Amino acid sequence: MEKLKATGLSKKEIVEAYRMIKLGRVLDERLWQLTRIGKSSFIISGQGSEVGQVAMALPFQHKEDMFLPYYRDMVASMIWGMSTKDILLGSLGKQEDPSSHGRQMPNHYGSVEHNIVSFGSTVTTQYPLATGVAYSAILNEKDYVTLVTTGEGSAAEGDFHEALNFAGIKKLPIVFVVENNEYAISTPVEDEFSGKKLADHALAYHIKGDRIDGRDFAATYLAFKEAADYARSGKGPVLIELMVDRMTAHSSDDDQSIYRSDDELKALRDNDVIPVFEKQLIEEGYLTEKELDDILKEVTDEVNQATDEAEQSPDPDVSELYKHVYAHTEGGR
Amino acid sequence: MKELTYLEAINQAIDEEMARDKGVVVFGEDVGGDKGGVFGATKGLAAKYGDRRVFNTPIAEAEIAGLATGLGLMGHHAIAEFQFADYILPAVNQILSETTRMRYRTGGDWTAPVVFRTPYGAGVRGGLYHSQATDKIFLGQPGLRVVTPSTVYDAKGMLKSAIRSEDPVLFYEHKRLYRMIKAEIPEEEYLVPIDKAHVIREGEDLTVISYGLTLQYVLKSVADLAETEGIDAEVIDLRSLYPLDKETLIKSASKTGKVLLVTEDNLESNVMSEVAATIAESALFDLDAPITRLAAPNTPTVAYAANLEKEFLVSEEKVRQAILDLAQF
Ligand SMILES: Cc1ncc(C[n+]2csc(CCOP(=O)(O)OP(=O)(O)O)c2C)c(N)n1
Ligand SMILES: [Mg+2]
Repeated sequence: MEKLKATGLSKKEIVEAYRMIKLGRVLDERLWQLTRIGKSSFIISGQGSEVGQVAMALPFQHKEDMFLPYYRDMVASMIWGMSTKDILLGSLGKQEDPSSHGRQMPNHYGSVEHNIVSFGSTVTTQYPLATGVAYSAILNEKDYVTLVTTGEGSAAEGDFHEALNFAGIKKLPIVFVVENNEYAISTPVEDEFSGKKLADHALAYHIKGDRIDGRDFAATYLAFKEAADYARSGKGPVLIELMVDRMTAHSSDDDQSIYRSDDELKALRDNDVIPVFEKQLIEEGYLTEKELDDILKEVTDEVNQATDEAEQSPDPDVSELYKHVYAHTEGGR
Repeated sequence: MKELTYLEAINQAIDEEMARDKGVVVFGEDVGGDKGGVFGATKGLAAKYGDRRVFNTPIAEAEIAGLATGLGLMGHHAIAEFQFADYILPAVNQILSETTRMRYRTGGDWTAPVVFRTPYGAGVRGGLYHSQATDKIFLGQPGLRVVTPSTVYDAKGMLKSAIRSEDPVLFYEHKRLYRMIKAEIPEEEYLVPIDKAHVIREGEDLTVISYGLTLQYVLKSVADLAETEGIDAEVIDLRSLYPLDKETLIKSASKTGKVLLVTEDNLESNVMSEVAATIAESALFDLDAPITRLAAPNTPTVAYAANLEKEFLVSEEKVRQAILDLAQF
C-alpha cells in the first residue's frame, strides 16, 4: 500500500478525505434503512468502493471539470459538490432533489450546479455523452477535463468502444473509468470479457490505460492526479480500470448469497476497505482511535439531521408530471 | 431571388446558422473535408468554418448521437448527420434514452438541443436499406420533435428553426426531393415554425394530408383534378410528424368532411395512424366518409427490382385515383 504522504496532501486534506469516505458509508447505510422501512423503494450501493471513489474524484477541479457518474458514485458525486441532503432528497423522490426532482430512481446522480451530468439507467450511454462534453472544451478552447465512469460489465456495450475510439481520434481531454468489482449483478467477470485486465482495452485505441487498486487511497489518488493532468495538458484520453469491492448485493432487489459463497462473502467483510484505511490512517499518524470515533459521531449527526430535513421537504406537486417535456412546456426555459 | 434546390436550401440554412452562432457545429460520416456529405448537404462548410466545427466522424452512429447530445449539454447546437435514415438505428438508444429524456428527467436542469439530420425515403432504387422512412420509431416519444420539410422554402426555414430550437429535433429530409424540386426563395432571412402543419391549398370538397415525396404527387393531382373534374381539395403538409399540429388537422377535417391520408410508409402504424385517430376522435360527426389511407403495402420495406419498387411505392396515379374515389364517395 502506497504511503499517504506520497499524495502530497496535507494532514487536514487527508482527514477530510477520510471524513467523506466515512460519511459515504454511514449515508449509504441510511439509504438501506430507508428502503427497508419503505420510505425509499430502491438502493444501489457503493459500499466497498468509497476509498477508491474519493481518491478518484479528489484530484479534479470540481468547479470547472465535468463529471458523468454511474449509479455507484455517490461519494464521488459528493466530492464534486452534492450534499448529504441532496442524496437523501433523491432517495425519497422529493421536488428539491437536484438530480431529477423526483423523476428518476435513487442513485441516478446529477447536478447542474455542480457540473455533474444526469445519469440515466441505460448503462454506458454516458460514455458517448462524455465525449461531447469533452469536445466542448476543445471547441471553447478551455482546459476543463471530463471524468466518466461505468462498471466493468457495462464496458461490454458498443457505446464503450465507440466513445474510446472517437476520444482517441480527437485526443479528447477525458478520463474514462471502469469500476471493476468483478460482478455484473450475478455474472462473474470471466463471463464479461476475455483477458485479465480491462485496462488493456486502451491498447486498441492507442490511448493511455492503467489498472489501479481502488483499495489503495494514495495509489488511486496519484493515478488520477496524473490522468487529470495528462488529459488537461492536451495529451489525450486515459482509461483507468479501478479495482473495487462490491460489499452489498447488486441492489436492494438482489440477493448475492445466491451466487457468492459464504467464504467469499466473509472474506469481503473481513477485508472491508474502510477499516483497512482506518488502520493505515492510525499507523501513519493521521488520526487516533478517539478521533475516528469523533468523526463517526459527527457524520452520523450529519446524516440524521439531513434525513430529518429531507423527509420534511415537500413531495413534487402532481402537476410537475406534465412539466419540462419541451422547452415551451410549463417549466421550460 | 435565386432558384435553389431543396439540397441547396439545406446547405444554405446550415451555412447561415453557423455564421450567426459560433456554437453551431456539424459532423457525421463524410460530412467534413471537401466531400461535404454523400449528398453534399454540408459541402463547402469545412473550408469556411474549419475542421473543428465541421468534421468527419467514424462510422459509429451511437457515438454521433452521444457526441451531439453531450455538446448540447454544454450549450452548443450540434447538427449531426446520419448518412441515411436507415442507419439511424444503431443510435436509437442514445436518441431515445438520452437526448429525448434529458430535459424531462432533470426537471429542465439539463437540456440537449440537437438537430439530427437524415436523408430518408424511397424512389431512388435504394432497396431495403437506402429507402426507409424510419420516423415511426421516433413518433410518440415526448421530448423529441420529428419534422420533415417538403418544399424548398420549408427546407431552409424549418432547418434554421430546428437549429435554434431548444428541443432535440430529428430532421428528416427526403432524398428524392434533394435535386427534384427547385424554387425561388427570399434572399432575406426567414424562419418557418417546426410545430405547425401548413395548409398549402385551401379547398371545400375534401382534405388531403401528406408530406415528403407523396406531397408532390398530391399537389399535382389536386391541381389537375381541380381543372378536369372541378374537385376543390384542401392540401395540408404535416411538417411536424411528432408532436402533431392537431388543431390544423381537425379544423380542416371538420370543414371538408372527407379526409385522405397519404404517406410512402407502410400502411399500418405510421404517422397517419395517429392522424386518423386524432381526426376520428375530434371530428367524427363532421365526416361524410370514412377516413381513407393511401400508403405502401405491409411488406418490410422497398425492394430493389424496378417493377417491385414501383409496385411498392405510392405513385401519382394512385394518389389521383384515391382523390377521385373519395370525392365521389
Ligand atoms: C443497457 C442496459 N442493459 C442492462 C441493464 C440492467 N443492468 C443494470 S446494472 C447491470 C449490471 C452492471 O454491472 P457492472 O457494469 O459490472 O456494474 P456494477 O453494477 O457491478 O457496478 C445490469 C445488467 C441496464 N441498466 N442497461
Ligand atoms: Mg461490476
